[in-house]
Amino acid sequence: MSKFNKKKGGELPAVNTASLPDIVFMLLFFFMVVTVLRKDNMLVQQKLPKADQVEKLKKDRSVFIYAGKPSSRYKEKFGTEGKIQIGDKYTDINALEFALSEARSKLIPELQGKVVVGLKVDEQTNVGLLQDVKEKLRDLNMVKIIYITAPGNDVQQ
Amino acid sequence: MGRRATPEVNAGSMADIAFLLLIFFLVTTTIEKDKGIARQLPPKQDEQPPVDIKEKNIFVVTVNKEDQILADNELMDIQDIRQAAISFLDNGGDGSCDYCKGEKDIASSDNPEKAIITVKSDRETSYKTYIQVQNELVAAYNFLRNRESERLFGFEFTKVKSAIATGDFKGNEERAQAKLKEIQALFPMKLSEAEAKKSQ
Repeated sequence: MSKFNKKKGGELPAVNTASLPDIVFMLLFFFMVVTVLRKDNMLVQQKLPKADQVEKLKKDRSVFIYAGKPSSRYKEKFGTEGKIQIGDKYTDINALEFALSEARSKLIPELQGKVVVGLKVDEQTNVGLLQDVKEKLRDLNMVKIIYITAPGNDVQQ
Repeated sequence: MGRRATPEVNAGSMADIAFLLLIFFLVTTTIEKDKGIARQLPPKQDEQPPVDIKEKNIFVVTVNKEDQILADNELMDIQDIRQAAISFLDNGGDGSCDYCKGEKDIASSDNPEKAIITVKSDRETSYKTYIQVQNELVAAYNFLRNRESERLFGFEFTKVKSAIATGDFKGNEERAQAKLKEIQALFPMKLSEAEAKKSQ
């Protein structure tokens, strides 16, 4: 009657993991595609104010200006006054024009006339600094700006 | 003539390698989500032609260096700005605006065409408050535009606008654009910014 004997050692069969690499690769490709390696090294604090009446920014025609107090690790060297950053270095307000036209020349030629300036300004900055920047932008005739904000709204209705 | 089968490569560590790469990309990923309040700066002009605007058609919002807000000569909390701006824009004092639902107060704005909102700020005003005020004022315009597009066309202005911007709009885009233009003309956004003054 050995035919009906159960097999000895009824261990669970191992789960087939052959497709595991495929799954992982799929995830890998997804993240590879959506990843944007951050180009600019942040020298200023960037806690953006919140707003909810927002529009989307068109990436291909934008130039960024960062402003805020120097980040904590640069505090000792540069103090705590609000500063402007373009690309990956601090820019003086008077050198703004040069830095901006340089940044604009990196865009593709067809879109250089339609450039939008994205202002990423820390919420603790004074409006005065922003005012100086806007004045320079008007001189340069780059009049389309967008105040980049974080999603949400602190104001209770 | 022994045909030896080529030994199979052990692919067991493939998953580990892929995991390693996956974790690297997971950590470095910052999914960019840049959104913000768009503005157009006034072009540079040497001489500003003097414009005659009645005082009642201007809604002045002043933010001082302590981030206190004065709207239409009243000290106001940030929560009340939106409603105040809506009632100013929607007033329709001279009766030429047949879609306005406001109080028709003669002391307030004539019609949305003429109504102008001005934001004055101090150089030491914080950017956070400044953006909050801007946001509330844009919200006031959006509220009125939504109301009118709901009434005329049965859709929400802001929803359709963002759908077109992201390319998710289903239907005739050109016709929708024309409708949006029409709504914008009903409540044209006249938001000006006075230069920040130096604080004493």
